[in-house]
Formats: sequence, C-alpha cells, structure tokens
Amino acid sequence: MDATVFLISAAIVLVGALGVLVARNPVHAALFLVQTLFGVAVLFVLQDATFLAAVQVIVYAGAVVILFLFVIMLLGVDRAEDLGVEPIVGQRPLAAVIGASLLGLLLTLLLVATDGPTGALGQTAPLGDGADNTRRLGEALFTDYVFAVELTALLLTVAVVGAVVLARTVKGALQPLPVVVVATAEELPGTTEERFGVDSDTEIDTAFPESIEGGDA
Amino acid sequence: MVVTTSWYLALGAVLFSLGAVGLLIRRNPLVMFMCVELMLNAVNLTFVSLGAELGDLGGQLSVFFVLVVAAAEVVVGLAVVVAIMRRRQGATADDLSVLGG
Repeated sequence: MDATVFLISAAIVLVGALGVLVARNPVHAALFLVQTLFGVAVLFVLQDATFLAAVQVIVYAGAVVILFLFVIMLLGVDRAEDLGVEPIVGQRPLAAVIGASLLGLLLTLLLVATDGPTGALGQTAPLGDGADNTRRLGEALFTDYVFAVELTALLLTVAVVGAVVLARTVKGALQPLPVVVVATAEELPGTTEERFGVDSDTEIDTAFPESIEGGDA
Repeated sequence: MVVTTSWYLALGAVLFSLGAVGLLIRRNPLVMFMCVELMLNAVNLTFVSLGAELGDLGGQLSVFFVLVVAAAEVVVGLAVVVAIMRRRQGATADDLSVLGG
C-alpha cells in the first residue's frame, strides 16, 4: 500500500518537475509546479507529517504559486519562451553534465551510506504519529524554538516592507536599463578601423603627459 | 515492498538535480524562481524523511522554517522582477547581466 502511494506520488512529483523544466509558457510551468507541490504534500502525509502537508498545500500551492501567477499575468510575460534559441553556446549540455554529476554524487552518497543515517535518535523532541503531529510541532515551536519563531516574524515583516519599497511606482520618468548588445566582429559592418575611426597604422600616444609627470604642483 | 528512507532520499536527490538543471537552462526569471522552489521542496522532503527515520521532530521543524524563508524569498524576488520588468519588458536573465557591474 505504502509502496503504491509512494510510486504514484513520486511519478507525479517527477512529471511536474520535468514540466517546469520544459514548459514554454510560464503559466504552464506554474501549474506543473502545483502538481509537484501536491505530490510532495502526499509524501509528507505518507510520513505522518500531516501539519506540513497542510501547510504545503495552503502556503505553497495556495499562496506562493498564486503570487507567481499574479506576477505573470500582471506583467504579461506569459509569452512562450523560445527554447530553441541557446544564447550562450554550450549552456544546455553543460547544464546537463552538471545536473547529471550532481545526481550521481547524491545517489552515490546514498548507496555508499549503507548503515543508514547517523545521528542520535530523538534529540530535539520525540516524533509522534500523524494524529498529534500538529500539537507536538506547536509545543516545540512555542517553547524551545520561540526565539526562532519571533525571528521569522521579523523576517516576514522585512520581506513585506522590502517588497512594497521595491515594487512601488517611482514618481517621474523611469530610467530604462542600459541595453547591452553583444555582437561578434563578423556581424558588424565595416572593418575595425572604419568602426572606431582609427587607422591601425597610427601609433597611439600612450606616453604619460609631461606636464603631470613633471609634478610642479 | 517496504518504503525505506532511502527511497525518499533518492527522490529528493532526483528532484534537487532537476531543479538545478532547470535553474541553469531556463532564462525567464520567474521560471528560474520556480526551479529554486523545486530544489527547496527536495530539501524539505529530505528533512522530513530523515526526521521520520530518526524519530525526531527536528526535521519537520526545519521544514517549517524553510517554508517561511522560501515565502519571504519569493515575495522579495518577485518584487525585484516586477521592478525590472517595468523598466524593460520581457527581460531575461541574460539581459540582466548588466547588474553584475
């Protein structure tokens, strides 16, 4: 039973993750992300982390992805990205190599560690079953971890204020970001001498000016 | 078949790698953020699995704080994206290389 649920959820999670990777439209990517998050929530339930499963659905699928969708719709960036263009040569093969090495490293670590995870059992607080998971989490959060909870409250406040400051409309005309055009020498018209108005035979005077060198100030 | 912790850890490893690859190949800053979320979820899954293996609540407590930090990160990140997109429509991560100085 557990194995069936795990395999189905794992398939949902991985299909969703692949969908985020290859979806051309950002809206579709966001929907695939919801699929992955729901799959992870099921896996949380499977491990008796019922509170986190609920938070996963409410906060991640309910708030974070909706925020993504808001920004996508607001900015009108839901145009399909042309995935056929590869602006940096060799970026994709390199990314695949890095990803494969990362995966190989992690799985090797998993296979080598045959004696299972190390560490002391139950150092923080004993893990209950799914029924009293929320109570135990709440007790731990508001006794041993109350300072950390206060800090996260501060962090969220800073994030909200920062978001408001960053996204507010500035009075007056906005300065556009500088456009950097990168072109190879072959693509540009004319020769180097014509473009820069210099004769390659002309020697550029790189000597230090005498007046300053004299230093009579 | 008994589902052991290693299954969850392997799934977390695959999910993390997929997120990392997505972060490297995608150019839309919003999709890159989503890939970061994938990686965070992989780590959350690992935390919960190891917590269940060790019979410790610490794993789930860590996931709670990761969730909060992820929410804050998304809020600030999307505000930055909005601020950039307002100045230049359709900017990709490559266009923003000027931010590197």
